[in-house]
Amino acid sequence: MSLNTLTASVLLERLRQKKATRAALLADLEKRYAAVEEKVRAFARPPDFKGAPAAGVQGPLRDIPVVIKDNICSDGDPTQCCSKILRGFAAPYDATVVTKLKDAGAFILGKANMDEFAFGSSCETSCFYPTRNPWDRERVPGGSSGGSAACVAADEAVLALGSDTGGSIRQPASFCGVAGMKPTYGRVSRYGLIAFASSLDQIGPVTKDVRDNALLLRTIAGHDDRDATCADLAVPDYTAALGRDVKGLRVGLPREYLIEGMDPEVRAALEAAIALLKKHGVTFVEVSLPHTEYAVATYYVVATAEASSNLARFDGVQYGTRALDPSNKEDGALVAMYKKTRGEGFGSEAKRRIILGTYVLSSGYYDAYYARALKVRTLIRRDFEEAFSSCDLIVTPTAPTPAFRLGEKMDDPLAMYLSDIYTISVNLAGLPALSIPCGMTKAGLPIGLQVLARPFDEEGIYRLAHFYEQKTPWHTLKPKL
Amino acid sequence: MAISKDEVRYIAHLARLGLTDREIEDFQGQLEGILAYVDKLKTLDVEGIAPTAHVLDIKNVLRPDTRRPSLDSDKALRIAPQREGDYYKVPRVIE
Repeated sequence: MSLNTLTASVLLERLRQKKATRAALLADLEKRYAAVEEKVRAFARPPDFKGAPAAGVQGPLRDIPVVIKDNICSDGDPTQCCSKILRGFAAPYDATVVTKLKDAGAFILGKANMDEFAFGSSCETSCFYPTRNPWDRERVPGGSSGGSAACVAADEAVLALGSDTGGSIRQPASFCGVAGMKPTYGRVSRYGLIAFASSLDQIGPVTKDVRDNALLLRTIAGHDDRDATCADLAVPDYTAALGRDVKGLRVGLPREYLIEGMDPEVRAALEAAIALLKKHGVTFVEVSLPHTEYAVATYYVVATAEASSNLARFDGVQYGTRALDPSNKEDGALVAMYKKTRGEGFGSEAKRRIILGTYVLSSGYYDAYYARALKVRTLIRRDFEEAFSSCDLIVTPTAPTPAFRLGEKMDDPLAMYLSDIYTISVNLAGLPALSIPCGMTKAGLPIGLQVLARPFDEEGIYRLAHFYEQKTPWHTLKPKL
Repeated sequence: MAISKDEVRYIAHLARLGLTDREIEDFQGQLEGILAYVDKLKTLDVEGIAPTAHVLDIKNVLRPDTRRPSLDSDKALRIAPQREGDYYKVPRVIE
């Protein structure tokens, strides 16, 4: 069996026993890349299979390659957020997660394709090309971390990192049939992650199974004094939560999530997962998240407001591209440069969000939109606090449908936004949530199960998810490419 | 919520974002649609609810004001679109 198809946990064992070598692993990955990348287009640019520096470090991830999303800085490497405005930009430093990976003996294989600045749910707004879903190339891999999920699903990567602001790790994990975790806000340092919405963004692992996910999260999590929002809490050994039974766990099912738009096959897969867990001693209780219907609206005010502010830094002065506009006489040369640089550099979804975010923050509309959305965010957060008073975990579908077709939602921003209905509340409340595969549609598309927990209870999520995974075949299925 | 093209133009100016006439037209319609959806927030009573700008109960993070390594200025300036010596160069601001 080719080494690129194995999980990191299995590879580490083989490397330790000298049954595999780093060079052989890289050769298999390169072979796989040559065979399928043309069909999937998961990478933002070709990885450097030869130049990857050998690990001198004896760490828990020694010699394991990791693909990171194109919005995570690594020293000297192009880091473009798949946007034209950062063409030619090479990061001048390592993100904290990259430092932690290197300290653990891992190395960065390459960067994954994504929606421009993580604005999107389909990977179609990348300035390079859309990534294809490895299970059906006419369909999207999800987004914004579509490249991260697709390269793991297609066995072009062993481990990957994505970032999740409103579902950007979990929804592509669901569409591609892999495991994707959005950790608790503050669990992982955001230093070196190019910011989209600072109060919502988290970096998280995208992996072939739950064990790898726990292993990778353990490596990247932890306090960092370069990110003032990073929690100063000890990192548990997440792999220790694996292998425990689930008897006696109380799991909540939110009544409001059984919406009309939920695909019947998604609903059937959810019900089958519930039945299986019940059989093994999990108690299910109905919970209520009454403000669910306001989550997408709240998110698109808060996230675009923060994005419009964060993206102000791309102005043609310190990095990225610059375009002068001598024909613009009314603004003066500097403002004309800003406008031209940003007008040419940002794609249309980025512009749409900057406009919306600027609008909701502008004088006269601030109270009606932004200030109000922050209050509704409190209500959404309280819903979860209330729900978790009667259960340990919550399960939901990750997305209301399996992967949709390329182009299907590109002309309808609101329909695209609504595909994140089950994932968005989690970011607003700052909670951890994992998506794992829980079924296949008749047409052969993966379906995802989302497991949520209280803040900083990633262990509880891994315990349930690993148990479920051990009882089901979904994570072992591979797309035919 | 009706939005005029002039409003879109004004917002684009605030955001220092150059838009084509075509984009202004597209965004006008799309923004109306999105804001009409967002308007559902106005149906909720939020009187007396404290805003959540941030989910963690975190406090100010302080550290001693001492020198420590930071990004090398030459390394930072090397990725600038235009530099002059140790400065970023920009188009003339004051004529």
